[in-house]
Amino acid sequence: MSTLTAERPTAELATRPKAPKRRLRGESKLHPLVWVFVVAVMAFSLIPFYWLVNTSLKKGASLAQGELFPSQPTLENYLVVFQNPEFLLALRNSVIIAVVTTTVALVFASFAAYALARLKMRRKAMILTLILSVTTFPAIAIAAPMFSIWRDIGLYDTLLGLIIPKLTFALPLAIYTLTSFFKEIPRELEESAYMDGATPFVAFRKVILPLAVPGLATTAILVFISVWNEFLLAVTLTTSPEARPVPVAIAFFSGTSEFDQPLGTISAASVIITVPLVILVLLCQKRIVSGMTAGAVKG
Amino acid sequence: MAIKTLLPGRSPRGAPNRGAPTRTAKTTSGRDRAERKLAFRMTAPSLVIMALVAAVPIGYAIWLSLNQYSVRTAGLSRFVGLENYINALASHEWWTAFGQTFLFAGLSVSLELILGTAMALLLNLAFKGRAVLRTVVLLPYAIITVVSAITWQTMFQPKMGLVTNVLSTLGLPGGDVVWLGEHGYAMAVIVMADVWKTTPFAALIILAGLQVISAETYEAAELDGASKWQTFVNITLPLLRPAIVLAAIFRTMDALRVFDLPFVLTRGANGTESMSMLAYTQLRENRLVGEGSALSILTFLTVMVVSVIYVRFAGGNIRDVAKEEQ
Repeated sequence: MSTLTAERPTAELATRPKAPKRRLRGESKLHPLVWVFVVAVMAFSLIPFYWLVNTSLKKGASLAQGELFPSQPTLENYLVVFQNPEFLLALRNSVIIAVVTTTVALVFASFAAYALARLKMRRKAMILTLILSVTTFPAIAIAAPMFSIWRDIGLYDTLLGLIIPKLTFALPLAIYTLTSFFKEIPRELEESAYMDGATPFVAFRKVILPLAVPGLATTAILVFISVWNEFLLAVTLTTSPEARPVPVAIAFFSGTSEFDQPLGTISAASVIITVPLVILVLLCQKRIVSGMTAGAVKG
Repeated sequence: MAIKTLLPGRSPRGAPNRGAPTRTAKTTSGRDRAERKLAFRMTAPSLVIMALVAAVPIGYAIWLSLNQYSVRTAGLSRFVGLENYINALASHEWWTAFGQTFLFAGLSVSLELILGTAMALLLNLAFKGRAVLRTVVLLPYAIITVVSAITWQTMFQPKMGLVTNVLSTLGLPGGDVVWLGEHGYAMAVIVMADVWKTTPFAALIILAGLQVISAETYEAAELDGASKWQTFVNITLPLLRPAIVLAAIFRTMDALRVFDLPFVLTRGANGTESMSMLAYTQLRENRLVGEGSALSILTFLTVMVVSVIYVRFAGGNIRDVAKEEQ
């Protein structure tokens, strides 16, 4: 027991079933350097937010000088954004796209995930590998041909034309996350439903689905955020404000040249669409963490 | 936490999930058949959607890439074989984009893994305010990538940005630089924006891996008189390896597809064009569907090759993921 090697603890660990999560380190006896690191991490995470809000509250000279605190804070930029019909249209488009995609993905994914988590099935490993591989597709590989196909059949520059390809990326994310949630529901519950004469599908609908509501909610949040965030398909497959979602609208807000940007307004628009998501993350922090680590699929 | 099942050798579940041991032998075969049928019906819709919207377009992209086809010529297309690929592979643009994408991925993923591991270790400590730290760390994840790009752009604006401002006030170098107007600086901003937004993701995956290391292992190390550093290098890091590899795979795949950050920050100027951006430019701005498709297929192949290499050499655990999930 004197030398310390990597192998020994690994071997020992393999024979040990489950261990409590708590570390042996005592609470709040941190080295001062650790506190420095805590503060640094907080600053790194928060300062960009501060600067974005700060920029959104400035106009004219105050903006041009880059004041660290706005000497004359103004909400004018926000007014400009809310009076911009293209921004409002983009907001509407994003909400429709994200809600429809999330709902449809959740319905189909919950079926698939249940089958993959619980039912006997042939070639399960292959199917899962296939689904996982879809998440590694670069969106541009889909976007290029979709651009041509959609132009030919009239789906180019429409909301439906965006929802369909986004669904392809939302589905595997939802299936992976849901599969791990379904696995956590105790098996005995279905067994007793079977005893009562329920078919597997009835057991799924009446017993498992209601219990999976927290998992479904978590998955919905993750899918919603990722669809809301998606940019490449959105910019390739739309051309008019009628179909453009928020990220594209904001990206094109920036004007043509680097030097004549309405920086204040862009920042205000950015703050407006960030606030709801930040609130969502604050409220559902635990869920998002468990969902991200459960599916272990891209954020 | 399903991450446990993603890590090899330590699955508390898995085996018992496979069959349904409590069922009686009499009903098993009939139920098996019913289950298989139901399983097929339940997975089919998702598989069909994904096949239609992923496989079919990729097949069509391959066909388009073998043709000379431009939106300008109103659909007139001419079969040219591998000409588009040969032109792309002989072009300076493709190799620049290829190199820049890998440079970006290498820099951002390694920074994210180092910072992510440090953050995970921090979040794993028991201290007052851990919950606050966890929430704060997660906030950049809530911001959309385009906004993240805009945020970093505002910080590096000449004169009006926070960073340029502070640097020039302190008389440090970099204060008078047009950050997004020069190659090295522009790349640095793009990397920082990516690190800021996605380190939380890496940190959470690594934290989940950290939490399955048992306390006894650490107790044993302490009894052996290991220093904190020895414990970290000899126990924590090796046991954390699968989680770090997993985070590396997801982050690398994402980084190789990068599009939004260079699109918003530089529009691809100053040698920051990524593979996806180059394909997009040919397709949308130059209206060359054949060339654009060839470039997107090349991007697709590059990402595929890298993921295969990863799974083969770096991450035996991804194969275990598939096995565990059975």
